[in-house]
Amino acid sequence: MLELVIFSSLNGILYGMLLFLLASGLTLIFSMMGVLNFAHASFYMLGAYFGYQISRYVGYWPGLVIAPVLVGLVGALVERYGLRAVHKHGHVAELLFTFGLAFIIEEGVQMIWGKLAVDYRVPELLNFPAFTLFETTYPAFKLFMLLMSVATFLALLSLLTKTRVGLIIQAALSHPHTVGTLGHNVPLVFMMVFGVGCGLAALAGVIAGPALVTQPAMAASLGPILFVVVVVGGLGSLAGAFVASLAIGLIQTFAVAVNVSIADVIGLVGLKVDSNAFAGDLWNATVAQVAPVIPYLLLVLVLILRPHGLMGNRDS
Amino acid sequence: MKNLLRSALAGVAFLAAAFGAQAQIKIAYVDPLSGLQSAVGEHGLKQLQFAIETVNAKGGVLGGQKLEVVGYDNKGTPQESLVQVQKAIDAGIRYITQGNGSGAAIAISDFVSKYNERNPGKEVLYFNYAAVDPSLTNDKCSYWHFRWDANSDIKMAALTNYIKTKSAIKKVYIIGQDYAFGQSVRKAAREMLGQKRPDIQIVGDELHPLAKITDFSPYIAKIKASGADSVITGNWGSDMALLLKAAADAGLQADWYTYYAGGAGAPTAVRQTGLDHRVFQISEWHTNVIAPEMEAFEEAFLKKYGGPNGQRWWYLRLKNQIDMFTNAINQAKSAEPKAVAAVLHNMRHKNALGVEIFMRPTDHSVFQDMYISSLGSGTKYDEEKTGWGWKTVGVIPAADTVIPTTCQMKAPT
Amino acid sequence: MKASLPWIGAIAAVIGLPFVFSGGAALSVMSLMGFAIIFALSYNVLLGQTGLLSFGHAVYYGLGGFVTAHALNLIAASKFPLPLPLVPLIGGIAGLAFAVPLGWVTTKRAGTAFSMISLGIGELVAACSLILRGFFGGEGGISTSRTSILQLFGFSFGPQLQVYYLIGSWCLICIALMYAFTRTPLGRICNAVRDNPERAEFIGYSTHQVRFLAFCIAGFFAGIAGGLAAIHYEIVTSGVVGAGPSGFVLLMTFIGGVGHFIGPILGAILMTAMQASLSDFTGAWLFYMGMLFIVMVMFAPTGFAGLLLMHGQLASAAAWRRLLPAYLLAIPALLALLAGVVLVVETAHHLLVKSAEGMTMQWFGITYEADAARTWVALLALLLVAIFAARKVFPIVGNAWNEARLVH
Repeated sequence: MLELVIFSSLNGILYGMLLFLLASGLTLIFSMMGVLNFAHASFYMLGAYFGYQISRYVGYWPGLVIAPVLVGLVGALVERYGLRAVHKHGHVAELLFTFGLAFIIEEGVQMIWGKLAVDYRVPELLNFPAFTLFETTYPAFKLFMLLMSVATFLALLSLLTKTRVGLIIQAALSHPHTVGTLGHNVPLVFMMVFGVGCGLAALAGVIAGPALVTQPAMAASLGPILFVVVVVGGLGSLAGAFVASLAIGLIQTFAVAVNVSIADVIGLVGLKVDSNAFAGDLWNATVAQVAPVIPYLLLVLVLILRPHGLMGNRDS
Repeated sequence: MKNLLRSALAGVAFLAAAFGAQAQIKIAYVDPLSGLQSAVGEHGLKQLQFAIETVNAKGGVLGGQKLEVVGYDNKGTPQESLVQVQKAIDAGIRYITQGNGSGAAIAISDFVSKYNERNPGKEVLYFNYAAVDPSLTNDKCSYWHFRWDANSDIKMAALTNYIKTKSAIKKVYIIGQDYAFGQSVRKAAREMLGQKRPDIQIVGDELHPLAKITDFSPYIAKIKASGADSVITGNWGSDMALLLKAAADAGLQADWYTYYAGGAGAPTAVRQTGLDHRVFQISEWHTNVIAPEMEAFEEAFLKKYGGPNGQRWWYLRLKNQIDMFTNAINQAKSAEPKAVAAVLHNMRHKNALGVEIFMRPTDHSVFQDMYISSLGSGTKYDEEKTGWGWKTVGVIPAADTVIPTTCQMKAPT
Repeated sequence: MKASLPWIGAIAAVIGLPFVFSGGAALSVMSLMGFAIIFALSYNVLLGQTGLLSFGHAVYYGLGGFVTAHALNLIAASKFPLPLPLVPLIGGIAGLAFAVPLGWVTTKRAGTAFSMISLGIGELVAACSLILRGFFGGEGGISTSRTSILQLFGFSFGPQLQVYYLIGSWCLICIALMYAFTRTPLGRICNAVRDNPERAEFIGYSTHQVRFLAFCIAGFFAGIAGGLAAIHYEIVTSGVVGAGPSGFVLLMTFIGGVGHFIGPILGAILMTAMQASLSDFTGAWLFYMGMLFIVMVMFAPTGFAGLLLMHGQLASAAAWRRLLPAYLLAIPALLALLAGVVLVVETAHHLLVKSAEGMTMQWFGITYEADAARTWVALLALLLVAIFAARKVFPIVGNAWNEARLVH
């Protein structure tokens, strides 16, 4: 039991930090431009694939730097020549543009690297069990993932709060026009933020690629959860995204370990609910079976009860 | 001059009649040819094409008629499958084959039954080579549906017959995907283990959402906590790869009995985990079941269609299907679906391994020898250039794989 | 008289098309278009009319389909005397029944929050569809038979032609009803809420209630479309409530044009035809669809309907005379661009995906090798030249348009 709790906590925090790496970029982009980048998970996937391709020539470690930079450049170009042209047609058009972009990236990845998973390996340096607890080993690579996520968070925080560029970005988050009148090149700031946001997503991809399977479906599997995190945390709040990522990571990981269903709880009182009753399947489904659905329930509840998200300050 | 013209016309008419009589017998292959599942769909199409080319090279059927396969992309969904089947029927094709996805298979079988009922004289046959939902040969069975892949219950019967002989297996954990297939695997496993090895303790029974889990470590933690020495799972695709990865990461010491560890991409995942000869699969064949005719056939396929990844032949059952189909046409002396169906109905056939397989007339299931094999080092042929290949650890003869059926199909008059 | 011309034309088209395209597959595709039109129009009630971008509209379409399938089975089993033509109404009522509670919750917010809630609910229902096996039928779905219930006037609805006319009639009825809705005061207030919610509140309308009513109406018609789909396919599977159809209806409606009533109709016809036949010609059809979508978003956000109606507004022949020379100039550039893009995509697709079939390709009568360096040099040069030509020509077209608009 204790073993389960410890490992689930570790895995939950790990999953949460991975989500945060992705959500931080998305939050920055949303706060800046008001557009929810549907293609954010696709940039994550691109990062993993670029990292894989680089690892085939020079190994894993150079990919950790090169892949995010490359994807960041791609993102900046997309913003400059794509998003900016669509901006004048409104938020809906921007959202739809990123929607089409996600489509194209997924198809392009399938064309270039094939439809099956690719063999993105954990680097030899980290391919050992970090520690053993109650006969279960915990791989060192996962600890590395955790460390990288925390380091990135700290770097981002200090960048935003302690540097000049960070201050300008924070100002442009809430008062883009005023910042423009002060003489700063706001479109350039936008382009940089979009590029950095995509680069962060790519970094998450390079980190997660070897641990999770690198395949064309990886964007679609993480995409909806990402939106849940950003919206539950509060659109525009980095701290909220942090809290929400950890919460959802932990909830999902712990939920999988729980084998209780509503029918079991009712059974404690002595009543029986079998599968043939009305919605019997629902009462008999264990928490573990519905675990992936819980974030969406949370999303709907939060949006009804606390529309700005946990810590958000912007409405739409 | 008039004579010349007349003989020329006669010659043209004769040639036209001759070519008309030589019209190709077409098979429609309805499977995903685009999107995420297309890797499997496209490889299946290549195998079908090669099998048919081999038949045509030997002279075709009925003394010279050639076979032809036409691919139709069903994009993996049941609704689109129906659109494509209708297109095939419009193009004059009377034989449909499909295998990827029981959802699409059930839709096609239903559609074909209704179509044949509403259009007597224009019947169409449906050859199922891989959709394993048991209902297709039980409560949803149809005279016009023929299945060459052992359904998931038959596979479990064979697997449990093998487990019966392995006294070292004491605690079994069942894990699967939460949909019809995973549920039927779990149900059959519980039933059959209970009958054949009541001493085995089923220490855990888990269904997880299909293709949604990215981190299986909580499940592995549960398996570890239960003390299981063997795990039975029907998982396929990324669910299989991620499950095995999590197991290797956590250092889980258990044997894995699977249905689809041989599927595209799975051997690569197994190799990455380093679980040497601890992952087993149940199948009707694998590349290291050596027989001269099959080996020669495989090498020829690899050379022509292997592609840059050296993808080998996967489905012995596809070869069985085409061989039995061509023999049935020759036996019936006609390519009319109704006549061919009457022959296929209870056909016996010697396959490329030299072993006899048979079609059961009650439900149109083919029964064949089943192989339990483990993936690891030291085999003649390897999978997906990993250096690891399949090694047979047990053979269950066809007669021992037969299970009862509830099918009440009615043969047409 | 002039106003009823399009309606007469529509009725004539529905009645007459089977005589032009009589094959089984053609009838099948036209039936698909029929309920796709209803689905896309219902979506536009939300998007175009009320400004609500939903990512989970397939929920009401799919649930309408499931309830219809279950109802058909129940009616057949209990021999209830309800003929098939009335059955899609059951789907509509089911769509409405689900839209009421879910819509009340979803429409509490607007804008991005609304889109996110609709996404969340869509994912919820899609995930539940695999858990609630009794209602959704698991992987096999729910099968039904349209010939098993009461048959009036000898119509069994077994042949595809009869099903086509059933779907066509419902399509016309729904088009008429939804068009009428746009002319009602409620329909106009929906537009007001879309354009300026704050002002609508000031003149006394609760934006929440208005959005809720629009949502219910959209759900009702989506349910009818789902019911017709259930009758056509005779099987409903859990995929119909998922992200696929939700995304597809968005694609259809947007490409057709959200600002005009006929936009979704055009979009539904075009995209259904593309989906049914494009995959026959090229394996990269998904890529083309994505590119079409992006091109429309960037350059023609009013959709095909917008483009067509723009031409309809030209006042006289003199305006056309201004425009035609520019178009004639633009056509070669456009064709070159299209050819360049198609060649690059197809060659790349062949090189990367179909490499096992050998490298020889043939397009426009020219045979070439997909992996030869000079092939790629030629293709990229063609593409660059085409882009350059297009950039030179399009401003000319733009100027011609400006002039044409000024002509009376």
